[in-house]
This record gives sequence, C-alpha cells and structure tokens, in this order.
Amino acid sequence: MSTLTILFACMFYAATAIMVLGLGYKIYDYARTPAPLKIPTTPAPTTTTGVAFRLFREVVFFESLFKATKWTWIFGYVFHGALALVLLRHVRYFQEPIWTIVALVQPFGLYAAFGMVIGLGGLWARRFLVDRVRYISTLSDHLMLALLLAIGLSGMGMKFVAHTDIVSVKNFMQGLMTFNIQPMPEDPILLVHLTLVACLMTIFPISKLLHIPGLFFSPSRNQADNPREHRYVSAWAAKLEQK
Amino acid sequence: MAAPKFEIPTLKEVSEVPRVQEGAMAHVQSFVAAAPIQQAIGFPGELVENWEQKAIEKMGDLLGKYRSFKVYLDACVHCGACTDKCHYFLGTGDPNNMPVARQELVRKVYRRHFTFAGKYFPKLVGAVDLTKDVLDKWYTYYNQCSECRRCSVFCPYGIDTAEITMAAKEILDSIGYGQKYTNEIVGKVQRIGNNLGLPGPALEDTLEGLEEDIEADTGVKVRLPLDQKGAEVLLVTPSADFFSEPHVESLIGYAKVFHAAGVSWTLSSHASEAGNFGLFIGNYETMRNIALRIREAALELGVKRIIVGECGHAWRVAYSFWNTLAGIGAGANDPFAVELQQQLDPRYPAPQHICEFTYDLLKRGVIKVDKSANDHRVITYHDSCNVARASRMGDMPGGQFVIPREVIKMVANNFQDMEADTIHESTFCCGGGGGLLTDDLMELRVKGALPRMEALKRVVDGQQVNFMATICAICKAQFSKVLPYYGFDMGMVGGVHQLVSTAIQLEQKE
Ligand code: HEM
Ligand code: HEM
Ligand code: SF4
Ligand code: SF4
Repeated sequence: MSTLTILFACMFYAATAIMVLGLGYKIYDYARTPAPLKIPTTPAPTTTTGVAFRLFREVVFFESLFKATKWTWIFGYVFHGALALVLLRHVRYFQEPIWTIVALVQPFGLYAAFGMVIGLGGLWARRFLVDRVRYISTLSDHLMLALLLAIGLSGMGMKFVAHTDIVSVKNFMQGLMTFNIQPMPEDPILLVHLTLVACLMTIFPISKLLHIPGLFFSPSRNQADNPREHRYVSAWAAKLEQK
Repeated sequence: MAAPKFEIPTLKEVSEVPRVQEGAMAHVQSFVAAAPIQQAIGFPGELVENWEQKAIEKMGDLLGKYRSFKVYLDACVHCGACTDKCHYFLGTGDPNNMPVARQELVRKVYRRHFTFAGKYFPKLVGAVDLTKDVLDKWYTYYNQCSECRRCSVFCPYGIDTAEITMAAKEILDSIGYGQKYTNEIVGKVQRIGNNLGLPGPALEDTLEGLEEDIEADTGVKVRLPLDQKGAEVLLVTPSADFFSEPHVESLIGYAKVFHAAGVSWTLSSHASEAGNFGLFIGNYETMRNIALRIREAALELGVKRIIVGECGHAWRVAYSFWNTLAGIGAGANDPFAVELQQQLDPRYPAPQHICEFTYDLLKRGVIKVDKSANDHRVITYHDSCNVARASRMGDMPGGQFVIPREVIKMVANNFQDMEADTIHESTFCCGGGGGLLTDDLMELRVKGALPRMEALKRVVDGQQVNFMATICAICKAQFSKVLPYYGFDMGMVGGVHQLVSTAIQLEQKE
C-alpha cells in the first residue's frame, strides 16, 4: 500500500468522524436546549403538519429568502440546486449497484457543475459589490466560497480537462467503506479535489454550514402557532411554578 | 415640537436603501438606569467589578436556556438578506442597525468564548473579546432595536434579531448596565400595577370622569366598572388608555361596545396594565411576575373571560405567552393552570383580543353602527409589529390582518391599505417599540419612522387618507409625537375602537 493511499484513507476516516460526531453533537445540543416560549414568526401554521410544510418550503424553495432579495435568491438557489444534483451524481462512487435516480441525474451533472460555479460566483460578487454585504463579510465567508469554488473547479477539471480514472476512484471509496483499503489513484487534480472535500467535511460542524441543522431547529420556523389551545412549559420554567 | 438637533429625513417618492454610513448613530445612547431603578427589580445598581466574567457566564446560562439564542448565533451565513429590512437602518444608514450586524455584536463574543473556530482562529471568523468598548456598543445598538421581528420574516432561517437583543439586554441588566426608561417602568408595574404608576383611587376618579364625558356626549349612561366581582369579562388594557390621547378614545370605544352588547365587564386595579415590559428586557421571571398579576385578578374577580385592549406587545405576551407564564388559556393538565382554566368559559378563546370580540358582535349584528358617522375620514391601517409577526387573531393564520381591517370596514366607508410591502407581516415598526419610546431616543424614533412615513405619505397624497388606525398604545404615542416632524397632523393617528366609538349606536340600558 502506498503512503499516499494510507494518507488519504486516514484523512477521510478522520474527516468523516469529525463531521459525523461534530454534527451529531450539535444536533443533540440543539435538541436538548429548551425553547421556553412560543415564538413562531406569524402568520404561522397552526398544526404540526403545517409546520412540516413550512419547513419543506424553506428547504426546497428558500421561501423567506425569495421574499427578501431576488438576486441572492437566484444565485443561492442555482448554487444549492446544482450542488444537490452534483452530490446526487456523486452517490455512484459509494454504491454498487446504484439507485435509478442516481443513474438518471448523471447527464445533468454536466450542467450542474456550471450552475454551482455560476451561483458561487454571483454570491461572491455580492460580497464585493453590495456595500451592506461587504460590511458584514468576514474572511471566513470568503474562504468558504473559495473552498467550494475550488472543489467545483477541480471536479470540472477532471470531467472536462484531464479525465481521471473514475473506476479506481470508486474502488478506493468502496474500499474505505468496507474497511478493505484499495489503492488511491495518483491523479493530481483528484488529490486536490479530495483534499478540499476533506477540509469541507472537517469544518462542517464548526462553521456556518450549521445553517442546515439550524433551519430545522429554528423556533421561529418550527413551532406551531397554537399557544391559546395548548399549554406549553419548558422544564426550567416549570420549576418556577413549584416555588 | 422643539427644534430638533438632528436632520429629519426627507420623504422620497420611491423608498431607497441608504448607503452604509459607519457610526451614524453611535452618538444616540439611551439613558442608563440609576442604581435605585436597577435594584428595585433585582439587578445590580451599577456595572459590577468583574463584569466581563459575569457577562460571559450569563451568556452561557442563556445559551443553555434558550434554543433560539443558541441556534441563531450558529446558523447565520451572512447572506445579507436582512440587511435592508430594519427600519432603523433604512432611516439612519448606520450599519450596526442592519439586523445581522446587530446580531454580530453578540455573535463575535459568542464565537470567541463558545466556539472552536473563535477560540483558536479569532481573526478568521471575526471573534472578539468582550472589552468595555464592545460592551458600550452592545448598550448603544441593542437599545436601537425595537424587537419588531421584521428581520425574522425575511431571514432564510427565521433568525429573529429580537431574540438576540433580548438576550443582550438580559446580560446587560445582569451586570448592572440597564436602560432607564424600560427598567423604571418594569419597577412601577410590579409595585403599583401599571406602567404609569397610577394608584387605584386615581384610576377610579379617571373612570368616573370618563363616564360623565360619555354621558355628556351621547346622553347615554355607559359604565366603566372597576374591580367588579362576578363580572363576565375582565378587560386588561394598556394604562395609556386611561390618560393619553388618542388612546382614551379607544377605551371609550370598548366601553360602548360592552354596553351595546349587554356584556358585564370590569377593569382591575390590581392588573391595570396589559403592557409587559418584561418582554423587552428578555427576562422570563419579570415577564412572568407581571403576567401573574392578571391571573390573580382573574381569580379574585371570578371572571369568565379575559379580553385584552389595543396594545401590540401586550397582545403578543397575552396571546403567545400567558398560557405558558400564567396558565391563562386552555389545554393545561397541571393543577396550577387548571385552577384558572376551569373558571374560564371554554366557549371563548382565552385571552381574547378586543377586536375579535367586537368583530364577532358586528358580524352577528348584535351591535348597531352608523358607518356614515366616519365619512369625514379616509382610513388606513398600520399593522403593529407584535400583532402582525408574533400573534394571531381568530382561528386562521393571518387573522390578525383580517379582523382589525374588517372591523374598520364594518364601521366606516372609506378604507385604503398602504403598499403591500409595508403592511401585514412586512409591516414597518412605528419606530418606538421595544422599550425605545423615550425622549432620550428622539432622533432614533424620528429616523426609524421614516419607512412608515413614506408609505403613509403615498396614500395621503394618492388616496386622500387622513386617518391612520392602529391597535397599539406604543404606536399611538410614537406617531402622535413623530407625525409632526414629517409635516403630518398628530391627530391623524388613532385606535380602531376610536372608529367603532364614532359609529356605534347606543341605547339607554338599565
Ligand atoms: C438542507 C439543505 C440546505 C439548505 C436549505 C440551505 C439553505 C441555504 C440558504 C437559504 C442560504 C442563504 C442564501 C445563499 O447565500 O445561498 C445558504 C447559504 C449557503 N449555503 Fe446552504 N443550504 C443547504 C445545504 C448546504 C450545503 C450542503 C452546503 C455546502 C456544503 C451549503 C453551503 C452554503 C454556503 C457556503 C452558503 C453561503 C453562501 C454565501 O456566502 O453567500 N448549504 N444555504
Ligand atoms: C469523497 C467525496 C468525493 C469524491 C470521491 C469526488 C470525486 C469526483 C470525481 C472522480 C469527479 C470527476 C467526475 C468525472 O470525471 O466524471 C468529480 C467531479 C466533481 N465533483 Fe467531486 N468528489 C467528491 C466530493 C465532492 C463534493 C462534496 C463536491 C461539492 C461540494 C464535489 C463537486 C464536484 C463537481 C462540481 C464535479 C464536476 C462535475 C461532475 O462530475 O459532477 N465533489 N468528483
Ligand atoms: S427586530 Fe426589528 S428593530 Fe430589531 S433588528 Fe430586526 S428589524 Fe431591526
Ligand atoms: S438574513 Fe439571516 S442568515 Fe442572512 S445575514 Fe441576516 S440573519 Fe444572517
């Protein structure tokens, strides 16, 4: 086994562990923190089904963002939509046999990669062009966009410029998953692509990527508007009543 | 109106988003609470010695108690969608009045002390220590947020800056750096029972005076009962309704509605305040203590229903929190809450808004009106933020927009809405909510009213609107003060029940 293979295998195991455990801890932490008061932003659904539908619209359509600003919505939506397709397309590296849906999206991946890059470009441009957004941007905001852009561009490099041997990639990935490590293909662009991906996974639980669990745990979005019909008291608040 | 020491914004035909002007509002500082005010409500009298450590401890405490605080501090992606949504930014251009930047004042410190990235790479994520300079910025800019929740409507994760502001105020209070205006009022309501500090006998006199006025005006004996045991309804209303113009006109309106409907009702001297400034300082126990007075009054008077008068944040607390805080509502299974809930009549929502009550009576034709009595008015309606974005009326989402407008349309012929992106859940704050209705923040109040004033001007010019109805005591007080700065008549603002009062037909009852 080459040093490179061992290095990448270790890197991926570590990155996966950090992402899964970190995210798991964050979700546990959000779940155990009480929301003592009913604070849905109204008008809000009055039932749990309604709440599920509201969250669905936020995830799938970015509904609130659409109301707020069309430019950010367009770029953000293109980026995330394309990202979803790209990721779905990537599932083929981890499965054998692959799901039909994964097979079906393969042709769209081509366009998706461009969408991802264009979306990221637009989002990044706002950080320079709109004075308000420039004011709130931190170094990490820029780096996050740079990272995603670099992942996208290196991926496209393999697809459109210098083809990589995707069969060996698949072998390597499946090897990782079955703890039966296979040789890592020695293609420089692929090494860059995968190193950056491991970085992304590592920072997942400590960066603004927490917007993903955050959306589902946001009390202003995930609470039903029914305070007159149901009494709702958190554990620490209930203690006040016993005094 | 004294000559202002600041520039009054001009009203534009098409509203514009200002350019960022750093530090534009740094000089506007609300008065700091003196020691007696702080101590009266259980906070340290002045900035404690080890304030930095205490503040971080308090932050940790709140992070464990409020999911909103924790999740909102983590989730923001700096997308900027909220940056042009706050009326204080739109009116001042100060970037710290952009919701995300306002949150960032706390978030930077949160990152430094509670996150991996901020502990080890502070520069990268913009984490900072809590220095005196940062603390002063907290005080300045968290006292420039009216907790109106407009930002939370547009944020893709629903991040509500009001929650961050409340937490920041809670931290500031806990280390002895409170705001004079709000904390003084919190003290008064706990000591005396209302925000104005009006004792029972004075209230009785006022109500008698009003009864005489109504009789002189209409020839009908309409009562405003106080502490009447066994009444059907307990009315809890903001204390401004007893004294201030135009608030009192709405109080007269409620009294006439009860009279015409033949429903027995009473006010309470123990709970002579619907407002709950405990909300503004984010202190759960304070808010609860104030809410408990209403519970006590309801139990003491044996009423069957509780109705809340025209007040925005009070309706938020009543509708959204009373059940939680004081067991005023339905659906409880614990002895504390069941005690009151068994006494209340389950056929009506508890609490009920006065607009819900009047709407129902009008719809069923129980009370009669002469709409033409309001013909001299062309009316628009200002949605108050706490009603619009933090509560509901009726049994469907959005009822809080429909019901007040329906009441207006049932008692008046001329109604015109303002532009769609300035009403309903997109409504602009009056500029004086959240504990900012104080003269030391006049510049902020005038500038923060800009977006509403621009929307109003368009219907004044285009549709001849001459009356802006609203159901909030703070909105009424704020607009009365601010309208003249923009060349409007202060009498343009009034309550929905002021319109009801004008149109209602009364009969002599025994
Ligand atoms: C449930 C899934 C997700 C939802 C609902 C979601 C939603 C959003 C929304 C509404 C925004 C703000 C608008 C924008 O800037 O695009 C955003 C920003 C962002 N999202 Fe996501 N997202 C999701 C998953 C992801 C994933 C998997 C990634 C990356 C691996 C990601 C990376 C980002 C980044 C980097 C930004 C900031 C863009 C900027 O700097 O302007 N998101 N997300
Ligand atoms: C362990 C995880 C990953 C592996 C093994 C991997 C591997 C690859 C390979 C082999 C290609 C070339 C495809 C071809 O030539 O047909 C590629 C393309 C690409 N990758 Fe990845 N990648 C991974 C994760 C990611 C992630 C997380 C992103 C996005 C944030 C991403 C974005 C892209 C893009 C945009 C392309 C080009 C378009 C496409 O083929 O879909 N990759 N990746
Ligand atoms: S809650 Fe209202 S006042 Fe406060 S930041 Fe948000 S929009 Fe501005
Ligand atoms: S809209 Fe929400 S996520 Fe975007 S910058 Fe504002 S607070 Fe942050």
